[in-house]
Amino acid sequence: MKLFSSLVITLATVAALVTAGTLPAFAAGKSIILATTTSTQDSGLLDYLIPVFEKETGYFVKTIAVGSGQAIAMGEKGEADVLLVHSPEAEAKFMKTGSGMERRLVMHNDFVLVGPAKDPARVKGSHTTVEALKKIAHSGALFVSRGDNSGTHAKEKGLWKGAGINQAGQKWYQETGLGMGQTLSVAAEKHGYTLTDRATYLALKKTLGLQILLEGDAKLLNIYHVIEINPAKWPKVNAAGGKAFADFMVSRKGQGMIGKFGVEKFGAPLFFPDAGKKPESLGL
Amino acid sequence: MDLIYEGFAKAVALLAALDREVLDITWLSLKVSGTATLLSLVFGITSGTALALANFPGKRLVVSAVNTGMGLPPVVVGLFVTIFLWRNGPFGSLDILYTPTAMIIAQAVIATPIVCGITVASIQNLPPNLRLQILALGATRPQMVWLLIREARLPLLAGVMAGFGGVISEVGASIMVGGNIKGYTRVLTTATVMETSKGNFDVAIALSLILLLLCFAINYLLTRIQQRERPR
Repeated sequence: MKLFSSLVITLATVAALVTAGTLPAFAAGKSIILATTTSTQDSGLLDYLIPVFEKETGYFVKTIAVGSGQAIAMGEKGEADVLLVHSPEAEAKFMKTGSGMERRLVMHNDFVLVGPAKDPARVKGSHTTVEALKKIAHSGALFVSRGDNSGTHAKEKGLWKGAGINQAGQKWYQETGLGMGQTLSVAAEKHGYTLTDRATYLALKKTLGLQILLEGDAKLLNIYHVIEINPAKWPKVNAAGGKAFADFMVSRKGQGMIGKFGVEKFGAPLFFPDAGKKPESLGL
Repeated sequence: MDLIYEGFAKAVALLAALDREVLDITWLSLKVSGTATLLSLVFGITSGTALALANFPGKRLVVSAVNTGMGLPPVVVGLFVTIFLWRNGPFGSLDILYTPTAMIIAQAVIATPIVCGITVASIQNLPPNLRLQILALGATRPQMVWLLIREARLPLLAGVMAGFGGVISEVGASIMVGGNIKGYTRVLTTATVMETSKGNFDVAIALSLILLLLCFAINYLLTRIQQRERPR
């Protein structure tokens, strides 16, 4: 009997301590919501950049890693302060709605087409994306798509369209609805082909057993922009914080860090800093 | 097989080294789910007891609703809590989306029907004459309710375990309302999802093992209390 009552008392005390003492509260103006793509988190880039930014500015960054589609949707609702995304067409549309303030080029890397080493559709050796996708479609070999409206998914749909192939609903075309890392795992397990950004692929390469079968096509460029959300449209947005983060990403320091990221581990950078360049110079 | 072995080795290594980040993540899981369970006990046991003792038309309908709520999908809860807590949503002025507080709220919503449902069943399962007996001995109504709850404490502790087990293991709501922010709202389950998608399967396995260990420790503690309390 006593034990039960003492348990109740102990629990209540613990509860009081936990709620009172811990949960650090951040002053409203000091936290920033960054909506971004899974590739920046899964590749480890943000874990490397954000602590430096936080230390330098005193802001606390709440990173919400979702697909670019969802990140942009969060921006449209004023639920984020700053976006780091890679879906240029969707971004352009977003800017037209007036939800974004400034959109700045940050960095690029590229997409690669990966698939099983056996390469049942004989994609290897293709010179263009169009050729490679046609081979996959004609052979009926499995293609695993993100299917989540992310930047990669948008890119992939554009490539199918460009190749004149209606991939949606085909038997050989499966959509996971998952992030890049998980989609790569699914493709590896099912011996399928998929389109991925190079950074996530390199970060996961050791566990996958998938090979790069096509790279270097100008159409496979993957460009990241940072966008500040417009406080005139959404008064609750932390505009100063969003600007500070965007400024950091394009600053000399931020750009230098981006260029060095991954060199030690993979022998080559995962992202190439592009701040200040014109998108046209990248072939857009 | 190698991977599983590596995962075990990694778990032991992380625990042995008292890895700061892993400890923080584990502690946060415990804190969030523990607080949520306590809240659910307050709401679940009071509402469950009231529901069990009251008689009103439509009671079966309400009890059915509570029982359905016991299987409330965490992602559904996560989605609605997110929508409610959005900056520009009804409770936006609280500014608690993507905080541990939001995770506690979501988890409490998940656990409350579980505790409530088990409370209803436990109280209703007491001998029907007990109530009359207690009242006949001159107890006041609040005294009677307290005695009934104490009589039902064994199944109620099972309710605590079910509620806690339900929330510490859920990931859908935590990732939606918490956002899996490093050092702030990252708990064992959301970290496991992220490490899996990063391809760090050894770390993911290590985190899963820690989660299982934690659940076992808590349940062992509660079971000991429950079994020691067994009426002779």
